[in-house]
Amino acid sequence: MFSLFKFKGGIKPPTYKADSVRFPIAAAPVPAQLIVPLHQSIGGQPHPLVQAGDRVRKGQRIGAPDKWISSAVHAPTSGTVIAIEERLAAHPSGLPTLSVVIEADGRDEWIKRQPVDYGRLEPEQVRELLRDAGVVGLGGAVFPSHAKLTAASDVPMEELVINGAECEPFMSCDDLLMRERGEDIVRGIGIFRDLLQPKRVLIGIEDNKPEAIAAMQAAVKAVGENFEVIAVPTLYPAGGAKQLIRVLTGKEIPASKRSPDLGVQCFNVATAYTAWRAIAFGEPVISRIVTLTGNVAQPRNWEVLLGTPLRDLVPLMQPKADTNRYVMGGPMMGFDMPGLDAPIVKATNCIIASSPAIFPPPAPEMPCIRCGACAEACPHELQPLELYWFARAHNFGKTQEYNLFDCIECGCCSYVCPSRIPLVQYFRFAKSEIWAREREKENADAARERFELRNEREEREKAEKAERLAKAAAARVAAPTQQPADTGQPATEQPAFDPDAAKKAAIAAAMERARKQREQVKPKNTDELTVAQRKEIAEIEARRVPLQEPQNASNAEIQRAQREEE
Amino acid sequence: MNFTSPPYLTQNVSVRRIMLQVLAALLPAIGVYLWLLGPIVLVQLAIATATALAAEAVMLKLVDKPLGLFLGDGSAIVTAWLIALAFPPMAPWWLIVVGVAFAIVVAKHLYGGLGQNPFNPAMIAFAVCIVSFPALMSRWPSLNMDASFADHVAVMFGQLPRLDAMNGATPLDTLKTALKLGEGQVSVGAILADTRIFGRMGGHGWEWVAAAYLAGGLWLWQRKVIGWHLPLSFLGGMVALSGALWLWNPAQFASPLFHLFSGGTMLGAFFIVTDPVSGSTTPKGKLIFGFAAGLIAYLIRVFGGYPDGVAFSVLLLNLCVPLIDLYTQPPIFGMKGEK
Repeated sequence: MFSLFKFKGGIKPPTYKADSVRFPIAAAPVPAQLIVPLHQSIGGQPHPLVQAGDRVRKGQRIGAPDKWISSAVHAPTSGTVIAIEERLAAHPSGLPTLSVVIEADGRDEWIKRQPVDYGRLEPEQVRELLRDAGVVGLGGAVFPSHAKLTAASDVPMEELVINGAECEPFMSCDDLLMRERGEDIVRGIGIFRDLLQPKRVLIGIEDNKPEAIAAMQAAVKAVGENFEVIAVPTLYPAGGAKQLIRVLTGKEIPASKRSPDLGVQCFNVATAYTAWRAIAFGEPVISRIVTLTGNVAQPRNWEVLLGTPLRDLVPLMQPKADTNRYVMGGPMMGFDMPGLDAPIVKATNCIIASSPAIFPPPAPEMPCIRCGACAEACPHELQPLELYWFARAHNFGKTQEYNLFDCIECGCCSYVCPSRIPLVQYFRFAKSEIWAREREKENADAARERFELRNEREEREKAEKAERLAKAAAARVAAPTQQPADTGQPATEQPAFDPDAAKKAAIAAAMERARKQREQVKPKNTDELTVAQRKEIAEIEARRVPLQEPQNASNAEIQRAQREEE
Repeated sequence: MNFTSPPYLTQNVSVRRIMLQVLAALLPAIGVYLWLLGPIVLVQLAIATATALAAEAVMLKLVDKPLGLFLGDGSAIVTAWLIALAFPPMAPWWLIVVGVAFAIVVAKHLYGGLGQNPFNPAMIAFAVCIVSFPALMSRWPSLNMDASFADHVAVMFGQLPRLDAMNGATPLDTLKTALKLGEGQVSVGAILADTRIFGRMGGHGWEWVAAAYLAGGLWLWQRKVIGWHLPLSFLGGMVALSGALWLWNPAQFASPLFHLFSGGTMLGAFFIVTDPVSGSTTPKGKLIFGFAAGLIAYLIRVFGGYPDGVAFSVLLLNLCVPLIDLYTQPPIFGMKGEK
């Protein structure tokens, strides 16, 4: 018998999962227009590879990964690119993001798919393949998977944990995927296993999903692997990567460490599935399973093309009349979709049609009475009540002392708070303030460094120039006296040496050299540009300014996500 | 669309619910009081409740907080009931009014209202009144007296002079005085043999009040309104010290059982030290808080000049809470091996 560990805290909210598991996964229709955001994973924003007017095929790469922590983006169906522009994103901020808008042609024509036998490839090549196929963590955190597939150099990889816990209420996409496509998941896990070489592979599934557990056990047997399928107690957030790792291995990963440092790594079941499809079928990640549920007549799981606007899914779920908004993700960690035009992305595991009956408006916030219910519920054993005081008082240094960044924002504290304090919001606020201040400090440091370097350079140049001038002047003074010796002509025939004139000439020559130098330094590729190219550059420049912020933000995000994994 | 923030699901809990459960947990003790002394207990509770709500309303109005929300949270009523039950039954009406008003106005609202008070308001009321009116606060009615409800009311409102039977001492006080008078010649066993005063465990009749507090407290624990750390450590502190002295010299020190079931021990353990606002919040801190409060309460009641020590010991520990909390922060997930 496999012995499980426990994590402290956690809550048992009602699960609301039964409704959406009654029917098998169905394919959602191809929408008329798809909005594919380029930035669908943690890390660098992919560069667009297509232009408006280009014809694309299903599976064609339309966004190239930027740097190592980034992931490619593909056309979900065949059609024509009609624009590459800022569109409303499926993000709590409601800000637009650069997206490729594709008009579907209805033919759903694939590119030439190239299955590979990954056993013949170097591990590095497999990781690159996964990056170029857009494989990211589909549990919701969308961290590029290839970047997690390297074991620590000094710590042996002991356990590979596969996350099928799916602890958020309402959600059942992983449940159905495990029931229906268990063998592909198991083969995908095989790829991860081969890359990481762990001693054991543990598949954790919450015990409220007996069908999925049975299906995965059968799949493991059918594929002939020795993976252990383990039922874990249903306790939110057991599906958090760190909690599941704790339950299955007893290891606790603090925010300051990454899981490979403790010899363990964790992937979601859906991620393993897409990895297998990418390698063995040459199909990049262009769709995902989404649970459409909540206040609807037709709760069900659908395989939805990425980029499908939420509007096109509404007819599938048939929301009831009192639906007032749509929540993306689960009720504990999800957020309000900013509009019906926001598209489904790789992070969209669930859409909940919400009504005041399902999610009542929040009760008025009362003062904290220090009851400590939050501390008891916190799976990271933090003291939310203390963090709350410090965050409220803008005492951000103290929040860090009390380990603010170990907070995984699971929402357990807010769930149990009798004073109805939106604790998680306070913590997010404190984190973003701290990031903003760090960024400011970094910018200020960089500016100071630049300033100092410039000063230094100017000083140096001045000194060099003076030296050069002095040398030149000296040379000219020396020249007339030497010449007679060379030519044998009488010295009296030479014009009288005028030090002033020599100086002026030297200055003029120096200015001329400087002008030429400046011209050389100018970027040459801007010399012969067409009008259209110049316009494009101007547009890019204009876009770059507002983009500075989010790019910086995403750096912080990367760091956080690297710590949090799935 | 109107935006809200996750989590969208919340547990069915509220400050009001917690306070109502605390009030419900006091009902058994109130029932025993009724049985022992008659309906005069309800008059005392009513005076306290009315004063608390009035004082709360005035203070809320002054700081411009929503009346309905905060009056409805029940916290003022909990304070009122605790004061009414901690004060001697049939105390003059104005004593209750002064105590409750001081608790709500000074101890609670001058510090910022709900959740902000560093001291337990009910214990502040008790301390203020026992320092200001020591005689009135030390006189407890005899349970064997023969007076009607109308007489009780008349006495409470000053229409009738206090009867001798209303000017007794608590069993704790009686024991202390007897031991003092005996100058080491009288044994505890001999004094406690008078079961008309001392009952079987901690005072004739009063031990049943204590048992009712225990029952209410256990119910609160079972409902997870209070944790086990504070009550158990408080009782532990009381038992540890009383037990040690009793084992050392049983003739001069009463048994732990006597101390558990007399005075304010049970009320203190389950309803006073468990006040979350003014108490420690970390698990280790709660154990320190409770144990120290139990020890000090015992020291005051046995060696000090006051009839009981719960109020002063709790207030003393309230003062230490920031320090206790600072040094007892538990290690977090993943950081247990490190400091």
